[in-house]
Amino acid sequence: MSGHPLHRFLRPEALPTTFCPGCGNGLVAGALLRALRRASLNLEKTVFVAGIGCAAWIPSPHFRADSLHVAHGRAIPTAFGIKLRRPELNVIVIGGDGDIAGIGGNHLIHAARRNADLLVIMVNNLVYAMTGGQVGPTTPHGLPTSTTPYGNPEHPMDVARVVAAAGANYVARWTTAHLGALEKALVKALGREGFRFVEVVSQCPARVGGRLAMSPVEAMKWLRARAKPIGRVGPEEIEVGEFADLDRPGLLKILGEKRDG
Amino acid sequence: MSFNVRKFWSGNIAVAEGALAAGVDFYAGYPITPSSEIMEHMARELPKRGGIFFQAEDEIASIFMLIGASWAEAKPMTATSGPGFSLMQEGLGIAVMTETPLLVVDVMRAGPGTGQASKAAQGDLLQARWGRHGDQIIPVFAPSSVQECFELTVFAVNVAEELRTPVILLSDELLAHTWETVRVPKEVERAERPRPKDHEPPFGSADPRRAPPMPRLGEGHALLVTASTHDPWGLRQTSDPAVHRELVERLWAKIWLNREKLSRYEAVGVEEAEVGIVAYGSVARSALAARKLLEGRVRVGVVVLKTLWPFPEEPLAELAQRARAVLVPELSLGQLVWDVERVAKGSCPVVRFPKVGGGIPIYPEELAERVVEVAK
Repeated sequence: MSGHPLHRFLRPEALPTTFCPGCGNGLVAGALLRALRRASLNLEKTVFVAGIGCAAWIPSPHFRADSLHVAHGRAIPTAFGIKLRRPELNVIVIGGDGDIAGIGGNHLIHAARRNADLLVIMVNNLVYAMTGGQVGPTTPHGLPTSTTPYGNPEHPMDVARVVAAAGANYVARWTTAHLGALEKALVKALGREGFRFVEVVSQCPARVGGRLAMSPVEAMKWLRARAKPIGRVGPEEIEVGEFADLDRPGLLKILGEKRDG
Repeated sequence: MSFNVRKFWSGNIAVAEGALAAGVDFYAGYPITPSSEIMEHMARELPKRGGIFFQAEDEIASIFMLIGASWAEAKPMTATSGPGFSLMQEGLGIAVMTETPLLVVDVMRAGPGTGQASKAAQGDLLQARWGRHGDQIIPVFAPSSVQECFELTVFAVNVAEELRTPVILLSDELLAHTWETVRVPKEVERAERPRPKDHEPPFGSADPRRAPPMPRLGEGHALLVTASTHDPWGLRQTSDPAVHRELVERLWAKIWLNREKLSRYEAVGVEEAEVGIVAYGSVARSALAARKLLEGRVRVGVVVLKTLWPFPEEPLAELAQRARAVLVPELSLGQLVWDVERVAKGSCPVVRFPKVGGGIPIYPEELAERVVEVAK
């Protein structure tokens, strides 16, 4: 094992990873670990919670920290159960778009509405990748997938905007082609209370790139070219930036005041 | 136990009070009749005692909050009814696989579907037992008096802790809304989950009867908890058949090998029984009342089951040996009767007494009448 400064955050027994070559998950993991280091977060007091899907495997088993790997869609309620009982722990959820916004969408909206003290990182690779590249809640209109072979007839959910509208303290969206901005957003989110949501639009070389004959590098160039600042996007472009940047008290603070008062 | 307080409680309140006495300090739930009074009681009482009450967005979130809270050292519970219980099956399976202590109370109502919302039934027995996918076993207990609502809830919480398992308490609407005097002990015995002394695997145990020690979060264990197949250290093993077999068999054995310890029942007049009755929950009260009605006419032996899974076989085998016939009254089309038939093994006829009345109890008189017919 090389002397890479981030290796101390990883479990040697979990390496090399099972991610496909060119997968965006490694880039997201790197940005997050650098952000954790910059925010001087004590990893011993940090718990990662994940559901099911490729992105859920980022923390479990790779991160050398406490992690819970539970059912598809249920990471957010599990994480908030931990946070309610042990408010001193940093609780971070990592999952994919199907996990967080599809099957777990109800939990996501209500956690945002409550301003529940969690950081949720959603890796949006546009499809259900682990199960074979089926259409998902974030799949672009018209994109062919294994269950929409004639193109996706539906329109995608703008998850970052939904979460911001629901009441989250902090919401940002970047792509794997914006690693510096992503890391900054994660550092900012780590320093906040309440509900914080960071979406990362990512390439899936196996399930999207394969179908479109697009290499990982081409996919990242595609992401960079289509990413536009908030309010300046055209059709089929990706709006990036901060969708909410508030400093409202988190739910735990309110619950604590109620208890003490 | 030294009893020093008498309380007049409903079954639902007694369940909540039993949970508090056992040390339950976390409740997450979603409103549904006829279980709501448990939730409302906890909403009032837990904050006063430093505990946590949370109303979730649905029953799925509720049970996953329990799983998270349990790993964060809470003794958690929730209460629900039919449709909510169906939604919680997913979380119950995850709790089995991750060996997470928690209590789910299902106050049974008439199903299927949304059925009759606040009418008593006993149609969830086999769901409590087999509702999850995969091979798994969850202890199931059923009180038949308000006193037992208190006592069995304490027992259920302790079993959950000691064996690191989810536990189900099956109540029913009739019992939930019956008010009776409860003798409340000054103190109850509380079990605590096993904790690691030093570097012990959190998902492996040399003694299959014992739960492995459960580490705390935030202490530098770099704990891996997964509901996928895992080795004793929690590392996911998705392709080794031996690891899967070993884990699934150990999780089963942990409950099954403790079945005598978990077995609770009350046998009344079994030795002289001409006719036997096997019942649980509110129906057991009618069985005992029918026995009284028939005093001097037919000698009735009654086995009241308080543990429903693992199934207490010994008292039923004995009843079937002694009685001419065994009657199984239940507020369903017949679920308990399958087990009684299995255990009786043909040593006497097993007579079904199903009633699906949407809240109408099995009356002692109709049961006594049937006993007389069977006794002929």
